Amino acid sequence: MKRQKIIERGMSWLFALCACMSIVAVVLICVFLFANGIPAMKEIGFFNFLFGTKWAPKNEPASYGILPMIVGSLCVTLGAVIIGVPIGVLTAVYLSRFCPKKLHSLLEPLVQLMAGIPSIIYGFFGLVVMVPLARMIPGCTGVSMLTAAVLLGIMILPTVINLSESSINAVPDSYYEGALALGATHERSVFFAVLPAAKSGLLAAVVLGIGRAIGETMAVIMVAGNQAAMPRGILKGIRTMTANIVLEMGYATGLHREALIATGVVLFIFILLINFAFAMIKKRGEKA
Amino acid sequence: MSNPAGGAISLPRETVRTGRRDSEPRSTQGIQSLVLRVLVYGAAIFTFAVLLFLIGYILVRGIPYLTPDLFSLEYTSENCSMMPSIITTVEMTLLSLLIAIPISVFTAVYLVEYAKKGNKLVGLMRLTTETLSGIPSIVYGLFGMLFFVTQLGWKMSLLSGALTLSIMILPLIMRSTEEALLAVPDMYREASFGLGAGKLRTVFRIVLPSAMPGILAGIILAVGRVVGETAALMYTAGTATDIPTSLFSSGRTLAVHMYCLSSEGLHTDQAYATAVVLLLIVLVMNTVSALIARKLTKK
Repeated sequence: MKRQKIIERGMSWLFALCACMSIVAVVLICVFLFANGIPAMKEIGFFNFLFGTKWAPKNEPASYGILPMIVGSLCVTLGAVIIGVPIGVLTAVYLSRFCPKKLHSLLEPLVQLMAGIPSIIYGFFGLVVMVPLARMIPGCTGVSMLTAAVLLGIMILPTVINLSESSINAVPDSYYEGALALGATHERSVFFAVLPAAKSGLLAAVVLGIGRAIGETMAVIMVAGNQAAMPRGILKGIRTMTANIVLEMGYATGLHREALIATGVVLFIFILLINFAFAMIKKRGEKA
Repeated sequence: MSNPAGGAISLPRETVRTGRRDSEPRSTQGIQSLVLRVLVYGAAIFTFAVLLFLIGYILVRGIPYLTPDLFSLEYTSENCSMMPSIITTVEMTLLSLLIAIPISVFTAVYLVEYAKKGNKLVGLMRLTTETLSGIPSIVYGLFGMLFFVTQLGWKMSLLSGALTLSIMILPLIMRSTEEALLAVPDMYREASFGLGAGKLRTVFRIVLPSAMPGILAGIILAVGRVVGETAALMYTAGTATDIPTSLFSSGRTLAVHMYCLSSEGLHTDQAYATAVVLLLIVLVMNTVSALIARKLTKK
């Protein structure tokens, strides 16, 4: 009987220990990224690093300004949100309120599949289908901000759809029924009674979509052109922070390598802020 | 009504206005409704058309290039065989699952069965798990490179890659396990305790087996994630073309292989074929996971 007790106690400690692994992982990630990135930022100078418009690690003297990449990431993300969010939310509305039940059980797995398709395949699809299409626009080089934004807009669709749909489903039926009873059509009831009530969930979907878009790497590399200069318009190529890391990490040494890690730190801070915003919105939604 | 939010008083203002707009001609309402309907249907059609077009395009263009040459065991720069990458992918998947499954399942068991409500540590665990699930794969890749490859001195290797990936899929398996455990009725636990079983035995003999399908669905999703991962592996597992011979040798998974092929730009045909194989794996994984999930909800 005593042995049993020891085993019970031991296993409960083991479970607790495993549960601490996620904390350990986050702490390790923070420590290693910051410890390797911050010194480089100091050496280059915080201002020069964050707001320098010239990225030329091979020059003498080298200059490491990542503003072009920050602006690039933000522009592409904004574009992705402009394209992905309306389509995603409307699709979620369709799945939740317009779709026949039989069709729904067919479409639901398709959304999951869309989320499961690897980003490298999206990128390849963008490269062989969307880039040639974009070249037909006069003045467009094919690989451009526009192409990247459209591709990312498609890639964040499943994230936006999933979250929006569950928040629309969570709105009590009485809202919809009340609107119908007041004489509104089905469409108007859904859009003017149900959707406003799902507002905080929709906002959370947008925030999570932003997180996905800004962190996306492989797909963007293949369609964005990757010029390390300030963006010159939506038909021209750009480089994002993520692309900067992957493209140059292979051969970078010394300060150049550390500057790339520092780029990762900046990206990480963006992600942490987005996560924080997401958690806040969720908390407020739960309270209300 | 038991739900206070469901009362008519708390309806958003828009609703009330909709009903009172008597002066508005009926046809305006009709047109507005029609426009909204068109928008909704258009968006849904766009979403699913893009998905089906993508899958169809890759399959149609890629399947003709699936030659036996592509599956020979040795990689040369002429045949661009993907067989070594497929084997590496399988090894990588198994290894990262081996690390991630026990940790994430035990974490879920702790959170659901053991942790007391209002425990500060539990709140922190949830926060960090959510943080982990929001971190993009390139940041995992950077961390893996700094920690496993450089700090621990494991070089670019199967082990470094697998450990990086296992952190990445931790929240994925954990969340589905947690949901599955929560869905097990308390009656089961009480009956087990009533028959004199201890907590541990109840967890392993009663709770975990009944939660198995949910856990499995999560694991399959994690496999899909590992198979499709590129950014986290490029600088942790490397891009060597041979089949890795030990835990400490480098190797490229199928997704990394595909990136190398398509970025070189010389082997577009082979890239198509690789995309087909990759897509098929993901398709199968998702179908199996969906079938399991459907079986669950039917119960």
